[in-house]
Amino acid sequence: MSDLWRLTAHEAHEGLRSKQFTAVELTESVLARMEAVEPRVHAYITTTAEVALEQAHQADARFAAGTATPLTGVPVAVKDLIVTAGVRTTAGSRILENFIPPYDSHVYEQLLRAGAVMVGKANMDEFAMGSSTEHSAFGPSHNPWNLSLVPGGSSGGSAAAVAAGECLVALGSDTGGSIRQPAALCGVVGMDPTYGRVSRFGIIAFGSSLDQVGPIGRDVEDVVTMADCISGHDPRDSTSNPEPLPDLRHYLGRDIKGLRIGVPKEYFIAGMEEGVKARIEEALAVFEGLGCIVDRDLSLPSTEHALAVYYLIAPSEASANLARYDGVKYGYSDRSHGTMWENMEHTRAGGFGAEVKRRIMLGTYALSAGYYDAYYLKAQKVRTVINQEFQEAFGRYDVLVTPTSPTVAFPIGAKVDDPYAMYLNDIYTLPASVAGLPSISVPCGLSEGLPVGLQIIGNFFDEPRIVMAAHAFERALGWANRLPEL
Amino acid sequence: MALTPEDVLHIAKLARIALTEAEVERLADQLSGILDHFSALSAVDTRSVEPTAHPLPLFNVMRADEVASSLPRAEILKNAPEQEDGFFRVRAVLE
Repeated sequence: MSDLWRLTAHEAHEGLRSKQFTAVELTESVLARMEAVEPRVHAYITTTAEVALEQAHQADARFAAGTATPLTGVPVAVKDLIVTAGVRTTAGSRILENFIPPYDSHVYEQLLRAGAVMVGKANMDEFAMGSSTEHSAFGPSHNPWNLSLVPGGSSGGSAAAVAAGECLVALGSDTGGSIRQPAALCGVVGMDPTYGRVSRFGIIAFGSSLDQVGPIGRDVEDVVTMADCISGHDPRDSTSNPEPLPDLRHYLGRDIKGLRIGVPKEYFIAGMEEGVKARIEEALAVFEGLGCIVDRDLSLPSTEHALAVYYLIAPSEASANLARYDGVKYGYSDRSHGTMWENMEHTRAGGFGAEVKRRIMLGTYALSAGYYDAYYLKAQKVRTVINQEFQEAFGRYDVLVTPTSPTVAFPIGAKVDDPYAMYLNDIYTLPASVAGLPSISVPCGLSEGLPVGLQIIGNFFDEPRIVMAAHAFERALGWANRLPEL
Repeated sequence: MALTPEDVLHIAKLARIALTEAEVERLADQLSGILDHFSALSAVDTRSVEPTAHPLPLFNVMRADEVASSLPRAEILKNAPEQEDGFFRVRAVLE
């Protein structure tokens, strides 16, 4: 029973349901695993063993009472920008180092309703700005496949926790690739739902027209279970989709013969590692073997502009969202200067890290008088062009398949001083983000011993087809729940 | 697109961030470099294109105007850097 942390959430549910072990035993197994590996992985900013054990006891009571759900008693990591009442929530920032939220986010309420067990608040790049967790004010997380490498980011703590056995499933958030890229680099599954599928109520804001919460797990089924738990309309988020949506679990185990797959050639560019390219080519052959129609002739010519569009729009929105951190009502406050304005400027200087300052500056510039039309408005127009190209493609294809990241995990320190090199990590995940489309990253093998991720992009609210494709692919490859030795 | 240190100081003032001299120099370099990479956007023909502010076509989302309790004052003030008599205490705004 000591290795219960190795189970997927659905395997754990079977064990709990058939009384092979209790939720408390499962949680204790994960907490012991955390004790053993967390000093090396640093997946968490805050661990919550006390909360977890109390929730595990409640979960066992629900199994006894017959009110358990598929997530009851399942140990979960929650990215530290998802507010949790009474549990410190930092967004990876010094400025929120001591912030104890007075309310729960929608997604955490949903986890509580399902009876899940929160074992900790996962590490992340400060305010989700980064692709490696190196921009966390609390130090970087380490990739469980090789501890000298980054786990990706910004949800790197969530992905590392899942891959290291420090939870069974996790919540992350994705603005430009922050779920999919770390999932790819850690060899796990991560889904960025359609913008609007999951309520942003209680999510510390970065780029409001892009932010979306989503799950990370060790197989497609677990990710689907989590997605179904957190989806649905929430009147507290005015961008929440009001239309009812079918549960995604109905789309597991489907035959995908005849599925039309477009492979955009703009994703196969200089800078892509040979090992990544080889795994993607093999993956396309797997889809052909499953009876899919794979067309490598698709062109999405504006793909190259997604990076500029994203890195103008997201920092612009961030510069407005982060204006609230002024040291007045909560958070770090430097009051050692003469005037209110000086205190505010020094609060923000001392509370924000280098990348957050850089993006606030970039966004403020793009929105400032004289530059708004040339940068922000232009980016919004090119965003429309990118959307239109995707919509044309979805007239001919059911899903699009691309690599998730041009490289496997890279060494800690390799890109942290070169902002543009760091931004290039997101080059394959940004276009779908800019368009608001759903996408999923699934492992497709190893290159030089490190995981490679395959990205599947669907049309608006067409999670069903990306789930069908991802699940069929995962089964054909036989990769699910493969954990590195630590 | 080269940003001068004066440009950086102007933006920093708008963004209310105090910068050291070294930060001003570094940001002038880094932001200029990043904006250079973005200059290709100007070549995209967008004359007949509407801007996208938002991926979903939702407009004027309203909720029922119902009376509900707000968060308890004591809970909110727990996170305050300084408080006095149930209020946030701040430095004088008017000088």
